[in-house]
Amino acid sequence: MKAKLILENGIVFEGKAFGYLQEAVGEVVFTTGMTGYQEILTDPSYYGQIVCMTYPLIGNYGLNLEDVESDCPDVKGFIVREACDYPNNFRCEFKLEDYLRNHKIMGIEQVDTRALTKILRDNGTMKGIITTEDLSEELVMEKLRGYSNKSAVADVTAKNRYTISGKGMHIGIVDFGIKANIMRSFVERGCALTVFPAASSYTEILDSNPDMIFLSNGPGNPADLTDAIANLKHLVGKKPIAGICLGHQLLALALGGKTGKLKFGHRGCNHPVKDLENNKVYITSQNHGYYVEELPENMIATHISMNDGTIEGMRHNELPICSVQFHPEASPGPRDINGLFDKFMDIKNRIS
Amino acid sequence: MPLDNRIKKVLVIGSGPIIIGQAAEFDYSGTQACGALREEGVEVVLINSNPATIMTDKEVADKIYIEPLTVEIIERIIEKEKPDSLLAGMGGQTGLNLAVDLYDKGILEKHGVRVIGTSIESIKKGEDRELFRKEMQRIGKPCIESEIIRDVEAGKVYSRKIGYPVIVRPAYTLGGTGGGIAENEEELEAILSHGLQLSSIGQVLIERSVKGWKEIEYEVMRDRHGNSISVCNMENIDPVGIHTGDSIVVAPSQTLSDKEYQMLRSAAINIINAIGIEGGCNVQFALNPDSYEYAVIEINPRVSRSSALASKATGYPIAKVAAKIALGYSLDEIMNAVTRKTYACFEPTLDYVVVKIPKWPFDKFYAAKRQLGTKMMATGEVMAIGSSFEAAFLKAIRSLEIGSSTLEHENMKGLSLSELKRKVVYPDDERIFALAEMIRRDYRIDAISKITGIDGFFLKKIKNIVRREEELKAMNIEGLSRELLLELKVRGFSDKGIGSLIGVSPEDIYDLRAKWDIHPSYNMVDTCAGEFEACTPYYYSVYNAADEVMVSDRRKVIVLGSGPIRIGQGIEFDYASVHAVKALRKLEIETIIINNNPETVSTDFDISDKLYFEPITEEDVLSIIEKEKPEGVILQFGGQTAIKLAEFLNKKNIRILGTGQEQIDMTEDRERFETLLESLGIERPKGTAVWSVESGLEAAEKLGYPVLIRPSYVLGGQGMEITHSAAELKLYLDSAFKKNKKNPVLIDKYLMGKEIEVDALCDGEKILIPGIMEHLERAGIHSGDSISVYPPQHIACDIKEKVFEYTEKLALAIGVKGIINIQFVEYGGKLYVIEVNPRASRTIPYISKVSGVPVVDLATRIIMGEKLDTLGYGAGVYREPGIVSVKVPVFSTQKLPGVEVSLGPEMKSTGEVLGVGKDFYEALYKGFMAAGMLLKLDKGVILAAISDMDKDEFIPIAKELSALGYSFAATEGTVRILKAAGLKAERIRRLTEESPNILDKIINMDIDMVINTPTKGKESNRDGFVIRRAAIEKNIGVITVLDTARALQESTAKYGSGICKVPIEVYDMGK
Repeated sequence: MKAKLILENGIVFEGKAFGYLQEAVGEVVFTTGMTGYQEILTDPSYYGQIVCMTYPLIGNYGLNLEDVESDCPDVKGFIVREACDYPNNFRCEFKLEDYLRNHKIMGIEQVDTRALTKILRDNGTMKGIITTEDLSEELVMEKLRGYSNKSAVADVTAKNRYTISGKGMHIGIVDFGIKANIMRSFVERGCALTVFPAASSYTEILDSNPDMIFLSNGPGNPADLTDAIANLKHLVGKKPIAGICLGHQLLALALGGKTGKLKFGHRGCNHPVKDLENNKVYITSQNHGYYVEELPENMIATHISMNDGTIEGMRHNELPICSVQFHPEASPGPRDINGLFDKFMDIKNRIS
Repeated sequence: MPLDNRIKKVLVIGSGPIIIGQAAEFDYSGTQACGALREEGVEVVLINSNPATIMTDKEVADKIYIEPLTVEIIERIIEKEKPDSLLAGMGGQTGLNLAVDLYDKGILEKHGVRVIGTSIESIKKGEDRELFRKEMQRIGKPCIESEIIRDVEAGKVYSRKIGYPVIVRPAYTLGGTGGGIAENEEELEAILSHGLQLSSIGQVLIERSVKGWKEIEYEVMRDRHGNSISVCNMENIDPVGIHTGDSIVVAPSQTLSDKEYQMLRSAAINIINAIGIEGGCNVQFALNPDSYEYAVIEINPRVSRSSALASKATGYPIAKVAAKIALGYSLDEIMNAVTRKTYACFEPTLDYVVVKIPKWPFDKFYAAKRQLGTKMMATGEVMAIGSSFEAAFLKAIRSLEIGSSTLEHENMKGLSLSELKRKVVYPDDERIFALAEMIRRDYRIDAISKITGIDGFFLKKIKNIVRREEELKAMNIEGLSRELLLELKVRGFSDKGIGSLIGVSPEDIYDLRAKWDIHPSYNMVDTCAGEFEACTPYYYSVYNAADEVMVSDRRKVIVLGSGPIRIGQGIEFDYASVHAVKALRKLEIETIIINNNPETVSTDFDISDKLYFEPITEEDVLSIIEKEKPEGVILQFGGQTAIKLAEFLNKKNIRILGTGQEQIDMTEDRERFETLLESLGIERPKGTAVWSVESGLEAAEKLGYPVLIRPSYVLGGQGMEITHSAAELKLYLDSAFKKNKKNPVLIDKYLMGKEIEVDALCDGEKILIPGIMEHLERAGIHSGDSISVYPPQHIACDIKEKVFEYTEKLALAIGVKGIINIQFVEYGGKLYVIEVNPRASRTIPYISKVSGVPVVDLATRIIMGEKLDTLGYGAGVYREPGIVSVKVPVFSTQKLPGVEVSLGPEMKSTGEVLGVGKDFYEALYKGFMAAGMLLKLDKGVILAAISDMDKDEFIPIAKELSALGYSFAATEGTVRILKAAGLKAERIRRLTEESPNILDKIINMDIDMVINTPTKGKESNRDGFVIRRAAIEKNIGVITVLDTARALQESTAKYGSGICKVPIEVYDMGK
């Protein structure tokens, strides 16, 4: 069945519907990773977004029950050039189309994804709608206006607090939409985890007496999360704190810094980041539309993007607090900087 | 860290002649590296024995030595030039081995030359299998269970232990020469003894066979600070068991999940960190398709064929970045040449699919054993880019110039399924068509996957194509809707392919496309999938997508490239295309190149204003012309590949700049050509066309034997032959007419005279001959296989004048604008024309370099309207230089089982080297040295097998050889005449007689050389054939023409055997 992607600036891409045939409205973003579509589909940071894959052949190795970053896919819609109808891999359990249909996600294929990418690059991320209907311009605009992703974190965070046992360090995780591989990375290191819903109060978190508090990644604009920011302020100075992605942005805001929105975001597996402390460059996995525009006082930059010079990591001058914008847990992407988890866990010693 | 200031003058070693396993890719990487060095103000001293390369041009390096690639010669150059550094790793395995040798012999230390880039210690860690294995063990990377073997017995014991099949890989050879898969002990014995002998260090690796695992490659880079990136990964569609050079390769990998992709990527990076690479490196893995199990196959700590492919597939200039790293820069200090905003320290991401298909020489060598294995046999490759696998694949298929525009193949139609099955399990160059045919007959994809190890993902893609083909076959043109046609174009189908399937002409499909407005768009290769704005003018076609080409209103010209490297059309044509582009750019004309060969300089996006990486077919070229609307197209530099399009372009009213269709036709149409010669009073060897065996025999009788015969309609490379008797001729004609009744066979009088060749420039009024070249071997040996001498040594003045006169007459009468190549034969004091090509020839780079006349530059300016009078090189025959240059052909026959070694009218060489000297003999000696043909004096025995008619001529040569200290081994006939001449000769038994016979002599390597002038006739079961093959496979020199033998003897007499008696001079050709 024919389908259309209509962008808020009126540009229309035609294609073929696949997956679950139900209109999808969301923020349209592109990601340049050539592999890892399953990790992308299930990454809660993409919640509410319509994701365009720049690599044209998607679904080649199918999907499985293992390579998931959350319990179910989080994207609102999926845009590809060609969805594979004959996936093959020893772990392949689903075909992309079936996977999307069963998880009620609208897909559109045969789209000129390169042209779309360049529009998003030049005009910035924008809202869009995937539909099989012939909608009037007004109706489209109305639907787009009606789209809001402000409740994203509330939607994807853990509903209840839970723990994962371990013999090592105890980490209190604030879940804004955490990727499973972050937890796996801590668990691999023997950590005991207590995972808190995003709205948990600081007292509740402190009461569990973690050795470190970790602020997870997650979807949406950090500035919308005023409660979380207020809550965070109470944690500063009490415990060592580390964060990734949204966690990093929230930390900046809580400490008095400023966040902004990137024109079209950093999404892909090939982003070079310079570690300013050892002067080495790492290829990182990234997925963010917002960034730390101004560092808080007392925080210094530890990592910067080689592509646009934006801040990719920071740490506190005195306190054991540090965070990064990129994804050291990879999944998808290079694992070159996975050692950062050890640095997180060692932050107390490194500061003093 | 910025530029290392200690580096002022760098020596770069090239890869030498084009041979199978080492082709134009090193001209590309070497040229790029030299540019990167000079950009930083570093002086470059270049050595390469291959004159056909662009890297040996004046503009590429400061000092240019086209000299033999030996340790002695390089030391001589180091003494003379005193470079402070050596950049290893740009000249393939040859360059790398030489760098290691220079280091090991203390030469680098003695002269204070530092190795920059990857260190010798690291190179050794990567190259020496034992050291490498230890290193892998240390960092916990799995290698395939294997052991270094030094003798056959130990090999058998080990193979029994790990179980058959086993893979045999000799150390320090290129293209996997001498390797193979042994299924049992008998096979092991054969492969192993051969491999041990070919390895320069007498080492062979025997390893557990992981045949059927996926073969995955990563091109990785690292700087001295340990910053590492992966430029590109590639998946071989053919699993482990077929050499990657003979595999169809796709980039990026298609069937790996992120887990597998990252697992191997991390492993590759860990490996180059452990080895200590500073530059580029290729890492090959075998990946079990049913688990995460993987093993490191090998690494190449240098740029390679794969790195050239990766560079073209991604737009990331690996050689350039490697050179900058060697100069001291780190990856984050080098700009990304494509975006000019981001840095080299990132990983390219693709938004298209790249497919590479090898080009095999079996159209020339139809008698060869074509089965693919661990030894590479392809001479070249094509690459195609598309937005789907099908599109890229079909584009690549039609780029191969094998007459295929679909997956239907005549040879497959008559095969039974069992035969097809065998053909895919024991694959040859046609496997892809066999696969398609099986799928066409509904053989299950998963079953094919099981027997071949090819991932079902790819087979399904082939099935998609086959299914469409079958639909089209059942359809007529009325049934073709706009929607379907568009879909077919999106999937890469050509007009020709669609037309042939539904039974209409390509024009009919073209007309439909015009009516329905279905035209290709062009997308950019930008390293970043559109994430950043890019300035690379590097395009590929897509359908149903937005166009990204900015068409300028400048004056512009399209230059067609020459496609994949093959025998008869090599790197020389890339040289010509690139120079044409450079000349046009100097004239401030916008240049557009169309080519499909990833190994070349012409497909470097820095060369032209725009690069279209597309098949060179009528449709694909026309689409670009319609898009760009150039002033015209230049065909004469792209070899036959480009010339083939003349008629079509002419018909479409596309302006062919310079020599065009009319001129080409005048030389190609036999009757027109003969009329022309007659009118000019120029003679050619008498000849006629015959349609039957009887008339053929009659004609030959009239002409007088020997005669030169060839089918007028050449199919599959069945070519020319010289026959000396009616019996031989009958044999030939019988088989020729049996194969093809409709077309005549051409019979010409064969004149056994001196062959003379010229390349000339003509502006329509005057001509300039840069130099007259003399062939050392008599006429009848293909000009590409002959030793060519300039200035000529044995041509009288009046003949030279005649050569000029004939060339002028012909060029003017034909109406050449640009280059013309003419081959003459001088016989009985008279000059005859044997061939005229109104285009750039194989000898262009050679003659340009040795005469100092920039032939292509001048030709291009003539094409664009300038006159010789104003070009500064005058008219007439250009003055001869003080030094003598000899071009010696180089062969890869050793790597092609079953291929005839002896020289004849069909070309066999893959490359060439140059010898430069103060006189003929020094040049000749150096030419032989560069070609690795110098006569050794180890055993002091030459095996002579001389045909009856050559015996008289051989005696004087034999006497001279005897004076040099050689005795002879020969069978009865030859022994008798040698003894009669008073020479020492041992009688050995014939091949058909009991052992020990002539074959044992070769196998035991009791001889230094074989001189064998073959008896005529082509059956490969003859004794001579077996002897020649055996010798070549044992690395023993084989000479099959007495002229070559004489030259070798003469130069040996002057300069000694093996190592030179007198110090020889090296010449800077850059002056």
